[in-house]
Amino acid sequence: MHLPISPPTVNSPNDYVAEHVRSIPRSGIRDFFEIVQSMSGVISLGIGEPDFVTPWHIREAAIYALERGRTGYTSNLGLLRLREAITDYVAEHYSVRYTAATEVLVTVGVSEALDLALRAVLNPGDEVLYHEPCYVSYSPSIALAHGRAVAIGTREEDEFKLRPAALRAALTPKSKVLLLNFPTNPTGGVMTAAELEEIAAICRERNLLVITDEIYSELSYHEAHTSIASLPGMRERTIFLHGFSKAFAMTGFRIGYACAPAVLIDAMMRIHQYGILCAPIVSQEAALEALLRGRDDMQQMREKYRLRRNFLVHKFREMGLPCFEPRGAFYLFPSIKSTGKNSHDFAFGLLKQEQVAVVPGTAFGASGEGHVRCSYATAMEQLEIAVQRIARFIGR
Amino acid sequence: MDEALLSLLEENALAKPETLAAQLQTTPEEIKRRIKQLEEDRVILAYKAIVDDERAKRTQVKAVIEVRVTPEREGGFDRLAHRIAQYSEVQSCFLMSGGFDLLVFIEGKTLQDVAGFVSERLSTLPGVLSTATHFNLKTYKQQGVLRQKAAAEERLAVSP
Ligand SMILES: Cc1ncc(COP(=O)(O)O)c(C=O)c1O
Repeated sequence: MHLPISPPTVNSPNDYVAEHVRSIPRSGIRDFFEIVQSMSGVISLGIGEPDFVTPWHIREAAIYALERGRTGYTSNLGLLRLREAITDYVAEHYSVRYTAATEVLVTVGVSEALDLALRAVLNPGDEVLYHEPCYVSYSPSIALAHGRAVAIGTREEDEFKLRPAALRAALTPKSKVLLLNFPTNPTGGVMTAAELEEIAAICRERNLLVITDEIYSELSYHEAHTSIASLPGMRERTIFLHGFSKAFAMTGFRIGYACAPAVLIDAMMRIHQYGILCAPIVSQEAALEALLRGRDDMQQMREKYRLRRNFLVHKFREMGLPCFEPRGAFYLFPSIKSTGKNSHDFAFGLLKQEQVAVVPGTAFGASGEGHVRCSYATAMEQLEIAVQRIARFIGR
Repeated sequence: MDEALLSLLEENALAKPETLAAQLQTTPEEIKRRIKQLEEDRVILAYKAIVDDERAKRTQVKAVIEVRVTPEREGGFDRLAHRIAQYSEVQSCFLMSGGFDLLVFIEGKTLQDVAGFVSERLSTLPGVLSTATHFNLKTYKQQGVLRQKAAAEERLAVSP
């Protein structure tokens, strides 16, 4: 006797895709990218990675690793020597001391570290608060981890800082995590120690976990960078994320790390060990070299970014486009409201008419409307031509 | 401030005063004034193009000469070094520590030019004890600039 078999209900391959994945919107950046790709002669200020090649001694360390046959797996957590160098580096520059054996996890970029952190701590429906405009991955990464993304708008008049009152207003009983990114992609906003302390006080009071993405921290042009993890009572409730992509121009190496109390690192490691196993060993060797001997290169690149930033800020203001002087990272986020266009029309018009690519502010969240992001990880000669074209485009 | 200006000019001597001013947060007039001062003080000695001889199809012969000399009681190496540096064939001249004293970079049209310069003029100078001449065979990098172009721009045109 056979049980009756119900007829198949799947009509198209799309039905196989999980609902929470289907609900993720297409990235605004991708659409824009496809159009730029199809054009020639474009000067792109839309690039979110350094224009410098990885310093030679770091590339050479990767080559040596290959020559020595360093091509196997490493410990799930990453090479111990690298984790030790990381803890020293973090202690020196961020004033927080972690234990290399249990409190550091080497990951495939901050991208993986962020994904692990969210997946390790979120139960379905938990709320993650973050300031916006922000890096494009935050909201989708939260959704993929079954969390609820709660954006808190930041404003140019506040220098794109997270205001304590705005944070309080967004809190609910389901609030679990606060995700921070200072210096911020795309605004260049930073927070001082005193300002972070006000945020930290709320986190302690409401028992929030902080995930802090400090990938641009070396690229701070004014005040010394402060990590929220270094504030009193915060180390035990913070997952500190950092990487090599921006400061050492190592995007293609795909290498980053997380530092946090041992239980949290252990939770992240459980996902990492089955999903990734370990970060690539060649990249780990290169990262070690960057930490041990990359400081001068990093400082030289920072100085170049700073001078280009000065140039762009000056030129945009001269054109009558107000812009906040970015305090860190390598993006300018000028307001284009005075042109009467919205971000999308401005960016597409500029691309079509003048072959300059900037990213519409709305790609970084609804609160980015009225702005565009211009990356100054672009050679000076290109920036000079770009600003002339932009001036022509807006007719000034 | 002058240091920042100098490093920008060392990177690109043709940078416009307006661009330099925006980068250094000052006015183009101030930049021009500073540059003029640096030139007058002979901090900036000259502006030159760095030319790839091979691509320019030049058959210039270049050599480096290690020169051993006897220092004079007064003036040490300076007087002789100045004498050597005056020759138009000499591109650069440095006093060195180690097994020889002066390192002289010279350029000539032909091998004979260079050989003649060494044997007839340099070696016969009073005070010159010996010379060792090394000819350039191939250039890979000069004055901080690689011959080979950096890998083509391969970054994604737009990225997050
Ligand atoms: C704020 C921010 N976080 C994380 C990343 C990703 O970095 P990684 O290359 O380490 O994955 C980026 C890259 O653009 C970023 O801007």
